[in-house]
Amino acid sequence: MNSSLDWMIALVPEEIVIVSALAVLVLDFAILRRRTLAGRAAAVGAAACLGCVAAMVWIARGQDYQAGEMLALTPLTQFLKMVLLALTLVVAVISFGARFSRHIGEYFALLLLATAGLMLLISSENLLMIFIALELLSLPLYVLTAFDKSSAASAEAALKYFLFGSVAAAFTLFGISLLYGLTGDLQLGGIAEKLNTQPVEPICYVALVMTLAGFAFKVAAAPMHFWAPDVYEGAPAPIACFIASGSKVASFFVLARIIVDGFGPLRGSAAWEDFRAGWMPLLAVLAVLSMVAGNLAALVQTSVKRLLAYSAIAHGGYALLAFFGNSRQMLPALFFYVITYSLTVLGAFAVVAVVENSGRRDRLADWAGLGRRAPLLSACMFVFMLSLAGIPPLSGFFGKFYVFTAAVAGTPHLGMLWLVIVAVAASAISLYYYLQVLKEIYAAEPAADAKPFRPPHAALLSIALLAGLVIALGCAPGWLLAKLSVVLNTSVFRL
Amino acid sequence: MLAWTIYISLLGAAVLVLLPPESRRAARITALFTALAGLAAALCGAAQYERHVPSGAVADLVNFSWIADLGIHFHLAADGVSITLVLLTGIAAVAGVLFSWNVERRTREFFALYLALIGGVYGVFLSFDLFLLFVFYEIAIIPKYFLIAVWGSTRREYGAMKLALYSLVGSAMVLIGLIAAYVVSGAHSFDLIELAKYPFPVAFQNWAFLLVFVGFAVLAGLWPFHTWAPTGHVAAPTAASMLLAGVVMKLGAYGALRVAMTLFPDGLRTWQNEIALLAVIGIVYGATVALVQRDIKFVIGYSSVSHMGFVLLGLMTLSQIGLSGAVMQMFSHGIIAGLLFAVVGRMVYDRTHTRDLTELQPMNLSALAPFAAVTFVVAGAASMGLPGFSGFIAELQVLAGAWAVFPRLTILAGAGILVGIAFMVRVWIKAFFAENDAKAAPIQIEPISMAERAGAFVLLGTTVLIGLWPGLLLNLITPTLHSPLFQPLWKGGQP
Repeated sequence: MNSSLDWMIALVPEEIVIVSALAVLVLDFAILRRRTLAGRAAAVGAAACLGCVAAMVWIARGQDYQAGEMLALTPLTQFLKMVLLALTLVVAVISFGARFSRHIGEYFALLLLATAGLMLLISSENLLMIFIALELLSLPLYVLTAFDKSSAASAEAALKYFLFGSVAAAFTLFGISLLYGLTGDLQLGGIAEKLNTQPVEPICYVALVMTLAGFAFKVAAAPMHFWAPDVYEGAPAPIACFIASGSKVASFFVLARIIVDGFGPLRGSAAWEDFRAGWMPLLAVLAVLSMVAGNLAALVQTSVKRLLAYSAIAHGGYALLAFFGNSRQMLPALFFYVITYSLTVLGAFAVVAVVENSGRRDRLADWAGLGRRAPLLSACMFVFMLSLAGIPPLSGFFGKFYVFTAAVAGTPHLGMLWLVIVAVAASAISLYYYLQVLKEIYAAEPAADAKPFRPPHAALLSIALLAGLVIALGCAPGWLLAKLSVVLNTSVFRL
Repeated sequence: MLAWTIYISLLGAAVLVLLPPESRRAARITALFTALAGLAAALCGAAQYERHVPSGAVADLVNFSWIADLGIHFHLAADGVSITLVLLTGIAAVAGVLFSWNVERRTREFFALYLALIGGVYGVFLSFDLFLLFVFYEIAIIPKYFLIAVWGSTRREYGAMKLALYSLVGSAMVLIGLIAAYVVSGAHSFDLIELAKYPFPVAFQNWAFLLVFVGFAVLAGLWPFHTWAPTGHVAAPTAASMLLAGVVMKLGAYGALRVAMTLFPDGLRTWQNEIALLAVIGIVYGATVALVQRDIKFVIGYSSVSHMGFVLLGLMTLSQIGLSGAVMQMFSHGIIAGLLFAVVGRMVYDRTHTRDLTELQPMNLSALAPFAAVTFVVAGAASMGLPGFSGFIAELQVLAGAWAVFPRLTILAGAGILVGIAFMVRVWIKAFFAENDAKAAPIQIEPISMAERAGAFVLLGTTVLIGLWPGLLLNLITPTLHSPLFQPLWKGGQP
């Protein structure tokens, strides 16, 4: 058994993030009180970025992997933490120019705490630990969503998020308690073992539904998606970035852990004409509802943030298809999809944030002629939108392609083809609303008084980097797939 | 050499994006040289192929592993059929640039999108890995949308979106078929030649063929999925109409032949009669509707549906003469429709700002613009299928092939040709040679420019050259139809 000192060392990245959260607070309160808002934002933001970078450097220099009762550190978890820290870094950079609050220190501290929650979530081995990490992630997010005190929508969104979130958490907790009662275990591995050996009781399915309901909320899968549009629209744009990207990656990871490891034996089947109870039909229903509801609702949106929110719901549905893959393809397909999606959506929201900071709202009409006022920014948005629509050679296309192929190949006799047909059809429809955004940017004439505007350099640079990544991962997906297959080979998953 | 057609075009598009926004002249010249270089590469490649591969087999150009996880290769190759279409693309590309010489608004972006479209089209014709083919097929969708939505005329946003959605829904059908074929074959490869060797079960072929064939044929204007074609052509700017009718519709027909028919020959036999019927309905319907249109572009748009019907009918004959006719007709229609759209869009509409036959009637265009009138008459004659032009040999072959299989349908198709003569003569008389007693106020129009003359000569020269010397193309096409890849098509009893 590892001593607690070993664990202190193993968790240095998490500690760095937490310490920098506190340091950021102290810095803002003790040292920078008299400075201007912009100066404080730059200094505190830089400190937060520094914390993220330090944690990344620590992870990158390699460390011992450990497995314990509560937490496990494996190449996969460390790789995902790198991804999450990088996403947080971009969110922090975009927040520099944000003008929604004077409470800079609190803002960045909460952001870093939420990130620490994400990192713990990834490492959790135990259902209780997962729940605690989820709360550590959620509570800062509720507060951050309400951070724009001048906007009633922000407060409303936070309240909705909080109410829905706590109900979902209650569901999850109830599911966990049932599972504990059934199996006498909170370890994911132990639960799977018990479920494998014991006869399956009907109450197991209740536990499954309850637990999944909570996670469906986290990944904004229909019918647990009602919070998403309001939160994405009402929250400050950088926070929407964070909820849409980092939070989503971690939630999908934990969903995969619970389903594959915990509920592995309760697969059931969702193949055509062969429905059997289990998580497969449940996920199939969630996927269909998300794809249909998300895409149809997105068609009529006039706010770019709401449009992206509904598209996020739809994309959650596509990602769920990966769970129908066979054991070799399921996780690479899922992680490739979720990671590239989060890069893309982060970029898209970052563009929204930059445009909003320039004093414009996020109505489609406000974007008219952006292509000529901010060519580079618009070119990046072009890349993000087409990647979300699944146009090659961007990463969104390959992600979808891989997920769809995995889903078809996972069941004999093309059993899951029906679900892929729904997904492909939904995806074809989605081009309409992505093109609406691009049409405003490129085809519509700018308003007569429109001036060229210069986005802040740091934000523009990170957006351009994201766009470059989206293109590169689409043209050469082999790189990320190779990386994923290396880390998955030694992963926590027991498939 | 042939692979360079793709690289040159995409490189040209990239160069154009990097040019300063106001450099119109530089943009035009870059575009022209890129198109010429692409054509030169196509001609050299065709000559090389004819010299080195007299057997008409598939000649590999590039083949390396691209995404190893899914067995995807970057596999470019060519045979006589694809080279014919590459040549068509090269010629149409040059002519399109010449007829867009007067684009003043956002010239640089116009030609960048134009060349990206051309690059995608070359890519489709040269891909022998189905994933790669699909990538190029989808790449072509986005430039089409923007070319129409930004630079188009009548109801441009509607026409552009309709075209984009039709294309994407078609390609979604193709995607489902491809993934299913990949999984069913279990070959872990998307290579066309590998997959073609696999004997797919007949029950699978029956639906997969229909899905993939119709998916591609949407873009080929198969009745009743043709409705994007007239609106799209009418809305598009001249060069985009030329490319839409000239090459984009061929993408559909080519994909139907190369993918659907090659992979699923048994499914093809199941649906042969039904598709032939749809093709003939398209021929007659297109011609009849063209007869009553007032907008000349609508006349030509519907005539394209009619002429593409011959391509599909030729494919369905499953005889070598029919297929050879279909490929010839793809080439011939590409040239002739391009020329007709060029005369109407560039020479007439850009000067008179109307395409309405009743408004053109009093203008006496044959006196105002004799060059336009003569070009249109010659192109119209070619479109009718008069001997001496490329259309004659193509339609003759198709009808000869069809006569052996579907005699009754062939008679109907022949009637379609007669209607085709009628609507063309109607346009001649009304638009160019109307007898008017009350002379309308004489209007001044600018003279036909050198660029237009050059473009017209390129296209006219090609159709006459092929009309008088069809061997130039038949030497490419005929050996290829005897090559192993096409053998499964003939096995069903047809010679």
